[in-house]
Formats: sequence, structure tokens, C-alpha cells
Amino acid sequence: MTALAQFRRDTDYTQANLALVAPFVEESLRVKTMNVTVENLVKAFGATPALHGVSLDIASGELIALVGPSGSGKTTLLRLIAGLDFPNSGRVLFGNDDASSKTVQERNVGFVFQNYALFRHMSVFENVAFGLRVRPSATRPSEASIRERVMSLLDLVQLNGLEKRFPGQLSGGQRQRVAFARALAIEPGVLLLDEPFGALDAKVRKELRRWLREIHDRTGHTTVFVTHDQEEALELADRVVVMSQGRIEQVGTADDIFDNPATPFVFDFIGDSSALPVVIDKGGVSLDDRTLAIDANGHPDGPATLFFRPSHARLAGQESGTIVGTVIGARRHGDIRRLELEVGAARHRCEIDVPADADVPKTGRVAVKPAKWRLFPRAP
Amino acid sequence: MSEQSLPALAAPATWRAPTAEGRPVRLLLIGVAVAFIVLFLGFPLLVVFIEAFRNGAGAYFGAFADPDTQHAILLTLLVAAIAVPANLVFGVCAAWAIAKYQFRGKAFLITLIDLPFSVSPVIAGLIYVIMFGSHGYFGPWLNDRDIQIIFAVPGIVLATIFVTFPFVARELIPLMDEQGTQDEEAAISLGASGWQTFRRVTLPNVKWGLMYGVLLCNARAMGEFGAVAVVSGHIRGLTNTMPLHIEILYNDYQWVAAFTVASLLALLALVTLVVKSVLEWRFSHELANGPR
Repeated sequence: MTALAQFRRDTDYTQANLALVAPFVEESLRVKTMNVTVENLVKAFGATPALHGVSLDIASGELIALVGPSGSGKTTLLRLIAGLDFPNSGRVLFGNDDASSKTVQERNVGFVFQNYALFRHMSVFENVAFGLRVRPSATRPSEASIRERVMSLLDLVQLNGLEKRFPGQLSGGQRQRVAFARALAIEPGVLLLDEPFGALDAKVRKELRRWLREIHDRTGHTTVFVTHDQEEALELADRVVVMSQGRIEQVGTADDIFDNPATPFVFDFIGDSSALPVVIDKGGVSLDDRTLAIDANGHPDGPATLFFRPSHARLAGQESGTIVGTVIGARRHGDIRRLELEVGAARHRCEIDVPADADVPKTGRVAVKPAKWRLFPRAP
Repeated sequence: MSEQSLPALAAPATWRAPTAEGRPVRLLLIGVAVAFIVLFLGFPLLVVFIEAFRNGAGAYFGAFADPDTQHAILLTLLVAAIAVPANLVFGVCAAWAIAKYQFRGKAFLITLIDLPFSVSPVIAGLIYVIMFGSHGYFGPWLNDRDIQIIFAVPGIVLATIFVTFPFVARELIPLMDEQGTQDEEAAISLGASGWQTFRRVTLPNVKWGLMYGVLLCNARAMGEFGAVAVVSGHIRGLTNTMPLHIEILYNDYQWVAAFTVASLLALLALVTLVVKSVLEWRFSHELANGPR
């Protein structure tokens, strides 16, 4: 095989390719999926708390992303659902069954590990067949049906022809797909993916992302994946769960999360944003004793943080109630130019986007007016 | 201008890597090492074979006709055949427990496993004499039931197991530690039972390290002298292993016979060394190429 053909094989996950395997998918891969309910899970590792009472409802067939910075508890939550760790309190329900007393084996979850955890002494074929071969003889499929199923799965993940290879002879993206096929082989009720694309380069990542979405749409598995990449979460998932410090900050669709962040953390973590410390007094909002043309909108008096996105702010003319700052830098950011400003005596940083061809001073004072913003109370 | 100055920048003939020593120092170091190996290892080994063949090949093979010698060889193989599998099982269990689980007293267990390395083999032998000898703690009880441990094969096996205790475990612990538990978690999430996970995933992952440990354990089991000398009682044709038999022959001025048995023991050690080197090469190769 030429290098180019190999490259195409590795990277081409087009609709046409998937259509070829679709009949098989419809017949044997469409599984009985189930909804998963997480109730008030508390987990601590020794004295270190990892989750403080997390509750979450995952609908059957849903694709859910757990997103948050490292240490936010997202992987812990995933491992608790899988049964790889046990909670200090709270429970996990698969359908209406309490899974808390079930072992990992009994839960029938497909888990894809961050580093894939492929069995390095087994061929690709044997890796995928593993979950079928270890079944008790009563439920173990015949050798012929194991072969048929493994080959179908390798077809699904676009790895046909590589079944005799060993994991060490595969690229990162190929290993990821072997791990995926291996997890699917056991007909899991729930598919759990821990940073599925974390170890791949940006290009392969993007392609596998689309590929995963399409496989999910066809197989219909209830899928939960963990990522620290907010872009991945927003693009791929039906709903996104934003986590921080062992708590769920917000659960919602990409639109909810991006347009209506529930907490300062979500506003800060998802998308670009600027935050300025302001004070609310009798319905007026002021920054460094300068009253802004911003409506407090029922927020109680006291210190608050004003959040807005760079794309929601514009340069203002000689208007009153603007945020005045000094331009300290301008960077090209795709189609726009992003200005970095220092505001007020305390030199708070904030960013605004301007058209790339706009004539803006590289330095000097400018006035800024956010078109959309959010206020969150702040501890004084 | 700049092109003209380039040749001057090329490495001069006397250039060497910053961490490398000068030629005289290198030669000196290599010379010392080689001289040391020849003088203390190669030469004595050669002497063993020269002395063994001093009276010709006939006398050499004739020495094996002695029933006491034959018995010593068989006893050594028997002891190794019991001690090595016993330590194999123990070593795998201990390494598994230490590498894959967190529990109280883990560091203490590791220290305990190392104990036979630091304790003199003679003391190891004496422990068993005090425990099971006729004047020992369990001596009278065992005597009443006609069970003999000291000055018999069971004592020799016990002493050998004690001395070779750490080899397999010590080899496996770092290997298993490094590999972590993710492969096992993957196997379990795919529905494998604990035993299936162990047999199909854990064991294949450590097989080369395991073989390496078993070989070292075997070499030591066959060559052990001190601990076995204390518990065996030196009964010819009954409780003499090869190392003990060699000493007896030597003390009886049977030079050729002594060196003949010694040459066999040395040969076993050499074979072990060769197999070990092959495994080591294979093993490091696999570790270097293993997907992480």
C-alpha cells in the first residue's frame, strides 16, 4: 500500500464509508441502551475530596461530555459510573437497577482508557475478541461468530486488514479505534470514554471527533466522555457537563453553556471572556467610581464581577458610561483582531475583538462598550 | 567570508564528547576492568576445568560413576525443582500484591522480602535448626511423629527456599509497578474474571521478567552452600547437595572428582548466564518497544 493510500485509509471517515457498513450497524450493533442516573455521589481519596455530592441524569442514547480543568473530578465521576472505583456515598442507576452493588464485570460498560490500555502481547483481532473470549462457556459465541463480529467491528472502525498487527505497530489514531472496537465488542449498555482523543495530534483529533459522532448516531449507545477540551465538548456532545473542584457547575446544551453560563467559573472556562470587578449600588454599576451604562438588572447591591466576551464588546465613541482602558497589545486572531486593554488604576486586563482591518491605535486610550454581559456577585 | 571561516569550525582531530575521557584514561580503565575479570573470574573458572581434566577425559567421566556423586547431583536438581516453583508462586503473589494494591505495611513487606539478601545464609540455616532440630522448639513434637526435617531433604529445601526467597519477587515488583493497573482494569471492564485477567493479561505482560527471576533463583538454589551446610548434616549419599559434595571430595584429597563436580556446577551456572543474557536482551528489547 502506498503511503498516500495508507494515509487515506487512516484518515478518511466519509459518509460514503460509513454507508457501506450501515446495514451491519443497523442489524447487530444497534444495542439496547439505557439511561444512567447518578445520585449524590461523594468520593474522597484518603483526605482529598474528589466529588462533593454529584447528581446527573443521562438519557438513553445521549452523548454527554464531562468537561473541566484537571482535578475537577470528571475522570473520577466516569470511573465511578464504570465501577472502577466505589463512591463513599451515593449511587449509580443503570436504567432502574441500582448498580452500586454490581461489579465492573456485571455492569457491562464499554470503557475506553485515555492511553487505550491495549493488550500489547495480543494482535488487534485478539484485542477486540477479548471481551467475547472471556465469557463463560454458556454465553460465549462460537469461534465463527466471534470472527464475524470482530471483523464487522474492525470494518466499523475502518481498520480492516490490520487485524494481525500488534498495538505497537499502530499509529495513535489506529490504537484509539482498536480500543473503541474492543469496548463495543461486548455490546455495552453504556460507553464511557476517558479523554478519548487526548493523546492524538490536532488533525487526527478533529477527524476522529466527527467519526465518533457518526458512529454514535448509528449505534445509539448512551455515551459519556471526559475531555478537558471545551471545543471538543461543545462540538460533539448533546449535553455538556461543566465540572470544577468536584462539583457540577452547569449541565446544558452547547447553546445553554455558551450563551447562559450559570456561574463565573463557566463563563471563565468556556470560551474567551474578560472579567472586571465592579460595584453595584442602587441599580447602578460602577467600575473604579466610574458609572457604567450597564443595567444591574435586579442584582443586589454590593461587589460584583462583570463578565463579557471579547466578541460582544465594541469600541465606543464619545459616549457616556463606557469602560476606558489603554491598549497594550493587539493580536491577530483568525478573522478578527483582539485588543488587550488595561483598565483603571488597578490595571485590570480585558480583551475586545475588532475587525482585522479596523483602524485602531496600537497604543493609547480607547472606550469600550459591551453589548452583552453578565454580572455575578463577588466576595468583597 | 563566512564560507571561508567554516572549515576552521569543523571538529578538530582531537575533538571528543565532553563526557568522554582521554585515550590514556580510557585504556587504563578498560585495562583494569579486563585484568580484574581475567584474574578473579576467568582464570579460576579455567582452573576448575583444567583440574577436572588433569587425569584425562576417562577419569573425568569416571568420577560421575560414584553413586554418592550421582546422588548429590540428583538431590541438587530435586531441591531446585521444589524451591524454584515454590518461590515462583510466592514471588508472583507478593509482586502482584505489592504492585497492584495499596495497603498498610506495604513498605514493611518489601523490606521483609529483602531480608534473605541481608541475612547470612548460615544464620538462615541455624534458624531452621533451632526451629526443627531435635533440641529445637518443634523438635520433640516432630520426633514423636517420626518426622525428620533437619539433617534431611525437607530441611535442605526449606533453607534453599529461604535463601532464594527474594529473586522472583524482586524482579517482578518494579516491572509490575511500572505497568500499573490500567491493562487489568481494561480486562475487567470487558468482563474478564480475576483469574482470566491474571492469566491472559498480567502474566503475559511480565513473562520475560518472570523467566529472568526464575533463572536467577534457580542458579542460586543449585549453588547454595552456607544455609544448606548447616541443616544437611553432610550425610554422604543422603543429604549432600553438589556444593557440599564438592567440599567433602576436596577435603578427602579427591582433587579430580572434586573439580569434576565443580565443573558441572560451573557449567550449569554458565548455561544460566547465557540464557539470562539472551532473555535480558530480548526483555529490554520488548520493554523499549512496548507501547505505553
